[in-house]
Amino acid sequence: MGHSAMLEVDVGHRLGNFNLDVHFSGDEGLTALFGRSGAGKTSVVNVIGGLIRPERGRIVVNGRVLCDTRRRVFVPMHKRRIGYVFQEGRLFPHLTVRQNLLYGRWFTPAAQRHERLDDVVDLLGIGHLLGRRPALLSGGEKQRVAIGRALLASPQLLLMDEPLASLDEARKDEILPYIERLRDEIRLPIVYVSHAIAEVTRLASTLVVLSGGRVAAAGPLTDIMGRPDLFPLAGRYEAGSVLEAKVAEHDAAFDLTVLNCAAGRLRVPRVDLATGSEIRLRIRARDIIVAVQRPQGLSALNVLPGRLAEIGPLEGPIVEVRIDLNGQFVTARITRKTVHDLQLAPGREVFAVIKTIALDHRSLGLSDRPHDVPQHTDDERR
Amino acid sequence: MPQWLHFSPEELTAIQLSLKVSIWAVVVSLPFGLAAAMLLARREFWGKSLLNGIIHLPLVLPPVVTGFILLILFGRHGPLGIFFADVFHLVFAFRWTGAALACGLMGFPLMVRAIRLSIEAVDRRVEIAAGTLGANPAWVFVTVTLPLIVPGVLAGMVLSFARALGEFGATVTFVSSIPGQTETLPLAIYTFTQVPGGEAGALRLTLVSVIISLAAVLVSELLARKAVHHAHGA
Repeated sequence: MGHSAMLEVDVGHRLGNFNLDVHFSGDEGLTALFGRSGAGKTSVVNVIGGLIRPERGRIVVNGRVLCDTRRRVFVPMHKRRIGYVFQEGRLFPHLTVRQNLLYGRWFTPAAQRHERLDDVVDLLGIGHLLGRRPALLSGGEKQRVAIGRALLASPQLLLMDEPLASLDEARKDEILPYIERLRDEIRLPIVYVSHAIAEVTRLASTLVVLSGGRVAAAGPLTDIMGRPDLFPLAGRYEAGSVLEAKVAEHDAAFDLTVLNCAAGRLRVPRVDLATGSEIRLRIRARDIIVAVQRPQGLSALNVLPGRLAEIGPLEGPIVEVRIDLNGQFVTARITRKTVHDLQLAPGREVFAVIKTIALDHRSLGLSDRPHDVPQHTDDERR
Repeated sequence: MPQWLHFSPEELTAIQLSLKVSIWAVVVSLPFGLAAAMLLARREFWGKSLLNGIIHLPLVLPPVVTGFILLILFGRHGPLGIFFADVFHLVFAFRWTGAALACGLMGFPLMVRAIRLSIEAVDRRVEIAAGTLGANPAWVFVTVTLPLIVPGVLAGMVLSFARALGEFGATVTFVSSIPGQTETLPLAIYTFTQVPGGEAGALRLTLVSVIISLAAVLVSELLARKAVHHAHGA
């Protein structure tokens, strides 16, 4: 077919006692490297960026071979044209924000510059900071400048290593819309390291789950997120499924928004998006109740009919079950006693009950498919 | 101006010579000091401890011994003396250049120590960030490392300058005390104290020494403060 992925990684490397051995490919959009700390996420982006020279393997970005140990190819990091946004910003302390932003541009041949200072400054909302020095910036401002600095080097690919990890919740919410704009407006391929499932759900199109230096799973986000076998890697508390939905209508009287998806209609706290907007919804497995009859007189607004597809290992107090909601799958965590008492078995007709308030703004992410960018990204998160 | 503040031509020559010797000593040793400091701060190699020891020798050896070693190596018949005379037409023996060499060597360990400490304080992760933005290692050094170590470099230069200004033992052993050629301030002061009625001259030159040293410290302090301000954006 001649189709080649935007990013191909196949490397092996030993770091002390740690063995890295990963093979995956990423496409346009945002590829999230997800896993617990120590899974090798940062090592993988360091290998892609050229900060680590791997013992074995091959890295191709946009058809350009950056590393091929067999053919003794190794492009040094300053020639890779890969942007890198570090966890701690790493701004140059002796330069102003403007000088920081323009640093990489200076090393980029004029013909290859595809970003302009004014556009990037507007995109990131950092116009008022240009004359300042990094020491006087807040954590969120530093990260925005670091993103702008990487962008202005006009990279082919952007690496982001937990860019939000050092920020508090409010600062994270400040940066996330900007990352969505990089993905959707500039259409820059991004490799994004995170151990926070909310960020990944909101941002990623492709998900690569790492564990112990190896790829545990890789593929489109919606496929991977529903797999119960990966839950231990994600941490059980946050484990859940992702549904793609469309905004159907707003219920102004009760401040709710109705979403349409294959699984049915879902009511969530109001989101300020035009009807028809595509949205992504993460439902934690612990927020789903399973019923064998349509429940009556219930406070939960969302009751979706479906069929039990799969029941996880019957060990310990808690069991994960997969429910097929008209072709969309969600995972629920219920007690083993429930499975026994309700005589649950694959194929059984069930109802998934989801509390509306469980679907707060952290569960909702804009889909990375083309859509109208909302004017007020702030409101969308309320 | 009081009568006793009138400098004799010999005294003015000594002041001029001392400034020339010290400035040359600092300027010429600076690139070597930077290179040595980078090497010691950043690289691991066989014989690193030995190199570090050799650089520090002038600090621990009696200055007369350093001067004598210079005389053996760089004297008119020393191997390095012959080499420099033949290849660069540069003669050290009993010339002001020899005084500058002795002064530069004596101040070298102080310069290297100050610069090395400041290099070790630089956050290497910031240098890596510069690399990802397209700067090759040489550019990273010029645009990131160097600006960040300016305070350390200035401190090293002042220490080395002060050491050069006060150098006595190595200079007198290596190039003797020739008025107008190798007789720097300390040597001139010493000579004045050895002749009857020389106290006034010694006092005048002492005063000049104090003023020059004080000015050097103040200027470096000012520059360093400016550089720190610059580097940390406070």
